[in-house]
Amino acid sequence: MESPSTYFSGFNINDLLYLGEAALRTLWISFWAISIGSFIGIFLGLALSVSRVIAYTLGAVLDVFRSVPLIIQLVLFFNFAPIIGLRLNPFEAGLIVLIVYTSAYVANVARGGIEAVGIPMRRAARSLGMTYWQDLRYVVWPIGLRAVFPAWVGVALGVLKDSALVSILGYIELLKASQILMTRTQEAILILSIAGAFYFALSYPISYYATRLEQRWSE
Amino acid sequence: MDYNFHWRPVFKSLPDLLESALLTLEVAILSMILGILFGLALSLIRIKMTGPLKWFAVSWIELARNTPALLQLFFFGFGLGAFGIHFSPFLIVLLGLTFNNSGYLAENFRGGFNSIPDTQIRASLSLGMNNFQTYTRIIIPQVLRVVYHPMTNQMVWAVLMSSLGMLVGFRELSGETQFFASKTYRIFEYFAATAIIYYVIVKIILGLSRLMASRLFKY
Repeated sequence: MESPSTYFSGFNINDLLYLGEAALRTLWISFWAISIGSFIGIFLGLALSVSRVIAYTLGAVLDVFRSVPLIIQLVLFFNFAPIIGLRLNPFEAGLIVLIVYTSAYVANVARGGIEAVGIPMRRAARSLGMTYWQDLRYVVWPIGLRAVFPAWVGVALGVLKDSALVSILGYIELLKASQILMTRTQEAILILSIAGAFYFALSYPISYYATRLEQRWSE
Repeated sequence: MDYNFHWRPVFKSLPDLLESALLTLEVAILSMILGILFGLALSLIRIKMTGPLKWFAVSWIELARNTPALLQLFFFGFGLGAFGIHFSPFLIVLLGLTFNNSGYLAENFRGGFNSIPDTQIRASLSLGMNNFQTYTRIIIPQVLRVVYHPMTNQMVWAVLMSSLGMLVGFRELSGETQFFASKTYRIFEYFAATAIIYYVIVKIILGLSRLMASRLFKY
């Protein structure tokens, strides 16, 4: 009798390409989530720093997204969207949740950056005749960015890694692809190591660069 | 909108959900305790030692920080099967979270140790304290102050990450929720209730940590 292992086919070079393609999809969804989420998050952070009332109300809402596991948020939204009549594919649903999640974190980072600048500096800018937006663009942005750039990189890398959870909605990114391959080839450790290497290759250079940058700025 | 919300099954299984929330807390707390021990060891090895031991610590830390937590769980769950090691779902989650927590905490501790100037060690040694006394009475209390908030955050993360247990068959809060949700098809309602429970747990942890901080750091 043949052994059952013949039902499975081994890992070959095409599978590596398949994983590479999936890694690009991980990069793709994270790229949009990070860029759109950061853009929204900066304005949310600005709103948080404007008034105390907004800080308490909006802050409490954003806090929810940081206190509930991302996986729960994904399942919840994916099942809520059809209730209000939205037809979303896994990519869209996952991207929307990731954007909201990112912006909730970036809002806090941005608020920290704005507060790092300090009121006297901003009053000085205004009394030099700058408008509100000029003050933000030429004074708050460059100084605040320096203060919180490492924190922002941390958030961005977190989103890159958390994008793995979108796999549960069925979007075939790196982790989902490796699950599919594990089912077919039964070579879990090899495939998980390759997937891990892909994630590491995406994440480590950025985190290394950010640490170096932080060291250089702190000197 | 032609979806009817049914909350009754959720209320009926609320005791079960709350009981599984205790399991969530249990695995998170255990992984935190182990994570602090391993993290402390890893950070000290990374600072003080050279050679293969340092190489081991650095690769543990960087792997834990630069790959998704879910991938790490899969590694303990499915990957180690290649060596004939099979863990129970509880152990998979506990080991995965411990691996992850240790990596992040080690970096926090390293930051804490680096923030204490060497002169403090020399001063306490010249006051006649031995190495052990120097660490337990002078260095660790100061480091604790620096790493307290990052440690609180990590505890919150541990609770949130334990929700990944649902994907490796662990019946903690998320796994239990998924079990009930697939039994009753009330996915949205169940996961909404779970989101609230997670939110409350996180708030309790943050509140307790603030309370403890006001007692610990009086001076």
